[in-house]
Amino acid sequence: MMARDGEVSVFKLAAGAIAIMAFATGALVFMPYVALSDIAPPEGLKPYTDQQLRGRQSYIAHGCIYCHSQQPRDPSVAPDMARGWGRPSVPADYVYDKPHLLGTMRTGPDLFNIAVRQPSRDWHLGHLYQPRAYSPGSIMPAYPFLFERRRGAAQPGEVVVSLPPGYVVTGERIVATQEALDLTAYLLSLDRTYPVVKTGDVP
Amino acid sequence: MSFSAGLLLVTFLGSVAALALFLWSMSRGLFGTGEAAGRVIFASKEIGLVEEPAATTAATEDELQGVMNRTGHTGEFAVLTPEEADERAMLDASSKLPVIIALTGAVTWLVIASVFGLVASIKLHAPDWLVHEAWISFGRIRPAHLNAVAYGWCSLAGLGIAIWLFPRLLRTPLVGSRTAAAGVLLWTLGVTGGIAAILMGKSAGLEWLEFPWQVDIPLFLGGTLVGVALLRTLKRRKVPHLYVSVWYISAGLIWLPALLIVAKWPGIHFGVQQAAMNWWYGHNVLGLWFTPLGLAAIYYFLPKVLGKPIHSYHLSLVGFWTLAFFYSQVGGHHLIGGPVPNWLITLSIVQSMMMIVPVVAVGVNQHRTAHGHLSALRYSPTLRFIVLGGMMYTLASVQGSMQSLRIVNTTTHFTHFTVAHAHLGLYGFFSLVMFGSMYFVMPRVMDWEWPYSKLISLHFWLVLGGFAVYFTGLSIGGWLQGMRMLDAARPFMDSVTVTAPYLYSRTVGGTLMTLGHLVFAAHFGVMLLRRGKRREGAALLRRPMPTPRSSGSLSPTGASV
Ligand code: HEC
Ligand code: HEM
Ligand code: HEM
Repeated sequence: MMARDGEVSVFKLAAGAIAIMAFATGALVFMPYVALSDIAPPEGLKPYTDQQLRGRQSYIAHGCIYCHSQQPRDPSVAPDMARGWGRPSVPADYVYDKPHLLGTMRTGPDLFNIAVRQPSRDWHLGHLYQPRAYSPGSIMPAYPFLFERRRGAAQPGEVVVSLPPGYVVTGERIVATQEALDLTAYLLSLDRTYPVVKTGDVP
Repeated sequence: MSFSAGLLLVTFLGSVAALALFLWSMSRGLFGTGEAAGRVIFASKEIGLVEEPAATTAATEDELQGVMNRTGHTGEFAVLTPEEADERAMLDASSKLPVIIALTGAVTWLVIASVFGLVASIKLHAPDWLVHEAWISFGRIRPAHLNAVAYGWCSLAGLGIAIWLFPRLLRTPLVGSRTAAAGVLLWTLGVTGGIAAILMGKSAGLEWLEFPWQVDIPLFLGGTLVGVALLRTLKRRKVPHLYVSVWYISAGLIWLPALLIVAKWPGIHFGVQQAAMNWWYGHNVLGLWFTPLGLAAIYYFLPKVLGKPIHSYHLSLVGFWTLAFFYSQVGGHHLIGGPVPNWLITLSIVQSMMMIVPVVAVGVNQHRTAHGHLSALRYSPTLRFIVLGGMMYTLASVQGSMQSLRIVNTTTHFTHFTVAHAHLGLYGFFSLVMFGSMYFVMPRVMDWEWPYSKLISLHFWLVLGGFAVYFTGLSIGGWLQGMRMLDAARPFMDSVTVTAPYLYSRTVGGTLMTLGHLVFAAHFGVMLLRRGKRREGAALLRRPMPTPRSSGSLSPTGASV
């Protein structure tokens, strides 16, 4: 009789646990799936090119997301727009983002519209090589392994990074690797200034 | 706005109604068997008898007993018969193999993860340090730290303790010790593969889900094997009631695989929906995996060391079901202000506030159980860690509820304040509870005492001091960072420079914590080899002599009166 009593509670336990989990999954995973699955890409948003996708992959591999978000907030909440980070983002801005890179830290600035704020490839390459050459006091890591130091005469086809004086040894030049070029191409694709249709409260 | 407000009201009322219904059904006895169930962790006449295998000498354990006798408890026989002691020794030995593997793996990951954390911390104030190799760059070491603590240290420690607890809770030797051991090994293999993948730049890109899905297969299978062994043990149980720790552990083992499957299924998630899924997973792995394992340990060790049943068994069940219901829906509070549907955020904020219910249930229960016996902490290393860990559970949760309110979250969301909260939860609560549990369990498993009592104190003070520095500094720094970031008149760089001293202080605190972990790991190693000082009069279990009781009514069976 005791055992039977116990059986009932094991069953209740398992059933309750599963039901509660199913309910939460329905609310937090399935409902957004339904609500967001038929969103059309805005006209101004282009799919990523192959090179940009490779760059996106290295953004993931080098963990830029642990310091940079991609989700400007509404001006009523925070001065993100005033900082030049762009208008509040909407779900349609992310239709080509797999995996999503919204991020939860702002050790560095939001990058959702970095191409607008900083359209120069040279600047990005130099900044990745040594952030402190452009932004004194920055705590962004330097990424020297995305570049090669070469001596002698420049070769055709090389992208040589132009750094502020004092950051290159004379006689040496800093050459961007393909990965650095891809990553920069991705950064330069981050421009969501096209208008969006305001849908209000997405149900 | 009005839609959100309406939704807020409806979810709130709905939740309160569900709670009321639940309380009513429990008062009608629909959910369990009351106070008797709180006593199943004691032998027939054991209530009143302390148990503390980590007490450094038999004399210390006598002191502990003395404290309990003075401060009074339920007043029963306080004896463990030799037969009962033998039975318990047999139960404790039945899980030896998987427990040793799991806990050794956990301690190894603890050390590795702490070094990763320390390197990441130093890099945040020395950004040109160790920059020439991709694998050791901040963007790899930091997720390696997170995954090594979460799936290496915390999960393996939690699994080891759960495997050890089951035979005791069910008074049945572990069925399938080898199955469980194989499961734990597979899990370790998965974690190793996952960390290697992250360091090589093969992260899947989602926070808390960085492991590539291929690596999650051994994790999933490993967890399942452990689940199978525990389920088989559950089926053979010899106790009339399921203790609340069984509820927490079993539910955790049901939830984790469900979470992994939904989160890792390749190709279904996209864009903002994936972000919602990401944090549904992120908070559920905390709330429905680590938290239940941690609470299961507190609910067992706190009463067991004191020799006194938990204050209210009913309350512990309220805590269980409300935790399951509310916690599972809070994921959206990681995306406040983001481009996710408004109702999802609102739902999460409401349920984050409702979380106060289970947190108070657990807090009151612990407090009422330990109340009046605080001097027992002096004699019991297990209690010291567990009681402190339990208090930090309450703190982390109350802080979490506040942090999910929009007015607070707007400031703290993207800052180091969140990192401080994360460590209050996963370190202050979970890790401390695991330390305490391991101090209790290892002497029973190895049949050997902790050789150097001084090392236990050293470990305790190093991690406590280190954590205090870590948490205080980062909370202040994070708050200032958030204030600077919200001030449109200041350049962004102000929010970076203001954190500098606090990032240094984190390295100081983290160094102390890491040193503490090295001390613990060394002591653990000596224990594994059964080396070190042999002491007279082991404080292990076998103490069949009855303790004279000063007062109290003797109930003939020790069962509920
Ligand atoms: C440890 C945290 C950290 C990591 C990791 C990090 N950054 Fe940064 N990043 C910063 C900080 C702080 C700033 C602001 C100061 C500056 O401009 O250097 C910044 C600035 C930037 C800027 C300029 C933004 C602006 O508004 O001018 C870009 C672009 C950038 N980072 C790209 C990256 C990329 C790409 C990666 C990954 C390869 C990366 N960051 C990794 C911290 C980080
Ligand atoms: C009532 C209980 C709790 C609530 C309401 C809560 C709330 C929150 C909120 C709102 C955040 C997100 C902050 C942000 O990004 O803006 C957060 C983060 C976090 N919480 Fe809690 N918390 C609770 C308890 C706990 C407990 C018990 C633990 C540990 C087991 C914990 C561990 C964490 C961790 C690790 C994070 C960081 C996640 C990440 O960004 O990677 N929390 N919590
Ligand atoms: C062993 C117990 C520990 C646990 C359970 C733990 C847990 C965590 C968690 C959950 C995060 C993610 C925070 C977030 O995303 O908001 C994190 C990040 C971090 N932890 Fe730990 N940690 C532990 C020990 C340490 C130690 C000893 C250090 C040393 C200083 C450390 C330093 C860090 C750093 C630097 C980060 C990254 C913060 C950032 O991205 O800005 N941790 N840890």
